[in-house]
Amino acid sequence: MIEKVIFYVFAAILLLAATLVITARNPVHSALSLVLAFFTSAALWLLVEAEFLGIALVLVYVGAVMVLFLFVVMMLDINVAVLREGFARYLPLGALVGVVMLLEMLLVIGASQVDLPGFAGEAAGSLGEDGGNNIRMLGSVLYTVYVYPFELAAIVLLLAMIAAIMLTHRRRGGTKHQDISAQVRTRKEDRLRMVRMPSERNNDS
Amino acid sequence: MDAMIELAWTVTKIVALVIPLFIAVAYMTYAERKIISAMQLRRGPNRVGWHGLLQPIADALKLLMKEVVLPQNANRALFVIAPMLSIMPALAAWAVLPLSEGLVIADINAGLLYVLAMTSMGVYGIILAGWASNSKYALLGAMRAGAQVVSYEIAMGFALVGVLMSAGSLNLGEIVQAQQGPIWNWFWLPLLPLFVVYWISGVAETNRLPFDVAEGESEIVAGFHVEYSGMAFAIFFLAEYANMILISGLAAIMFLGGWYSPFHGLPLLGPAFEWVPGIVWFVLKTCLFLFLFIWFRATFPRYRYDQIMRLGWKVLIPVTVVWLIVLSVMILTGFGPWF
Repeated sequence: MIEKVIFYVFAAILLLAATLVITARNPVHSALSLVLAFFTSAALWLLVEAEFLGIALVLVYVGAVMVLFLFVVMMLDINVAVLREGFARYLPLGALVGVVMLLEMLLVIGASQVDLPGFAGEAAGSLGEDGGNNIRMLGSVLYTVYVYPFELAAIVLLLAMIAAIMLTHRRRGGTKHQDISAQVRTRKEDRLRMVRMPSERNNDS
Repeated sequence: MDAMIELAWTVTKIVALVIPLFIAVAYMTYAERKIISAMQLRRGPNRVGWHGLLQPIADALKLLMKEVVLPQNANRALFVIAPMLSIMPALAAWAVLPLSEGLVIADINAGLLYVLAMTSMGVYGIILAGWASNSKYALLGAMRAGAQVVSYEIAMGFALVGVLMSAGSLNLGEIVQAQQGPIWNWFWLPLLPLFVVYWISGVAETNRLPFDVAEGESEIVAGFHVEYSGMAFAIFFLAEYANMILISGLAAIMFLGGWYSPFHGLPLLGPAFEWVPGIVWFVLKTCLFLFLFIWFRATFPRYRYDQIMRLGWKVLIPVTVVWLIVLSVMILTGFGPWF
C-alpha cells in the first residue's frame, strides 16, 4: 500500500520534472529538472529492488555527467526564446517520433509488464535465492555469460575516450605551457645564488 | 499501524543521529580554532564560557540573528536552494554508516555505492550557489569546485574499488567485519597506497586546505559563498564540516576497522580492552582523521589550480590503477593474514 503511494508520488514528480526539462525558460533550470528526473527514476528503480541500477544512475548521471553538463550550460549564454521559435512547426514531427518510440517500447517490454500491481512482486521473485543481492548477481552474469559483449562494450567506451582526448589534445602554437614536472624537479642551486659581500654598515663608516 | 510505528522508529533513529552530528559540527569549529591557535602559539577563543567552550553556540546565535541578503540580480529560487543542496547529501550519507556492530539506520547491500552517490551530489550546492549569486568571484569558485570534485571523485572511486575487492562486499558493515582482528589486520596496511589516495581525495572533495581553491579567500574573496550571509552562509559552513566528519568516518570504517579495537584478538591486551564499546573506537578513529584535517590546514599552503588537476589525474589515478593490479595478485595468491 505504502509502496504504491510512494510509486505514484515519485512517478508524478518524474513526469513533472521531465516536462520542465523541455518547457523551462532558463537552460540551467532545464538541466536541474533533468537532474531531478534522473534522481526520481533512480528512486523508482530502488522501489523495484534494482538497487544497483538506481544507485549507479545517481552516481554516473547525477554525480558526474550532469555536473559537467551544468558546467557547460552555465558558461554559455543561451537564448531559449530563439531556440523555441519553430516549436509549433516541428510539433507534429516530434509527436510522431514520440508515438513510434512508445510503440517500440511497448513491443519490446510487452503489455504484461505494464501491469502495475504484480510488478514489484515479480521483480522481487525473479531475484532468486541469493537474498536479493543483485550486485553479486549482475556481476556473476556479466563476467560469465555475457563476458564477451561486456568486454567489447568496455573497449568501445575506451576508444571513444581516446578519440575525444585526441581531438582536443592537439598542440597549438603560441600558447604558454607550464611544465610542472620541471618546476617540481628544480633544486635550490638552480635558482638561488649566494653572494658574499661586506655589509653596508661597515662601508659607511 | 505497523507501518506507522516503523516510520516513527526510523524518524527517531534519524533524529538521534543528526542531533549529535550537529553538536559535533559545532564543536569541530571550536576544536579547529583551538588546535590551530595552539599550533600558531595563540590562545584562540577564550572569552565565552570556560576556556571559550560556549563560543560555537554564540557564533550560531549570531548567524541566526543576521539578515540573509539576497543579491539584486541573483536567481532567487536557486540562491535559496543551493545551501540546502549542499547539506542534504552530507547528512543523507550517514544513513548507511555503521557506528558499531549492527548500529546503523539502513543496512543496505549497496552501502558503499550509496555513499559514493551521495557524496557526489554535494557539488551541486556549490555550483548552483556560484551561478545563482550572479557574481564573478562566486562563478569562478563554482567552476573550480566543479572541476576539482569531478576529478577527485574518480581517484576516490578507484580507491574504494580496492576496499570492496578486499572485503568482497559493498555493505559497510561487512567491510568492517572483513577487517576483524588487531591493528595490522585492518585494510590500511595491504591497501596503504589506496588509503593515502582516498585520504587526499577526501580532503580535496571537501574543499579543505590545501585544496580549497573553491573558496580561495586570498584570490577570489570567498569563492562560491561570497554573496551569502546569515543562516544561508552558516548552512554552507555546516555542510563543509559535516562532510569532513563523513569522510573521516568513512576512512575509519574502510581502512581502520570501524568499531574494532586495535587490540582485538590479542592474547593479553585484547581482553583488557573488551569493556570498551565499539562506538568509542569508531569515534576515536574518526577524531584522528578530523585532527589530520585541521593539522593540514595549519601546515600546508594552498595548491595552485593546475597543480591540483595534475595531482588528481596524473598521480593519484595511476597509483590506484597500479595498486588495483597488485591487489588482485595479492588476493589470488592469498597473501598475508588479510586474504
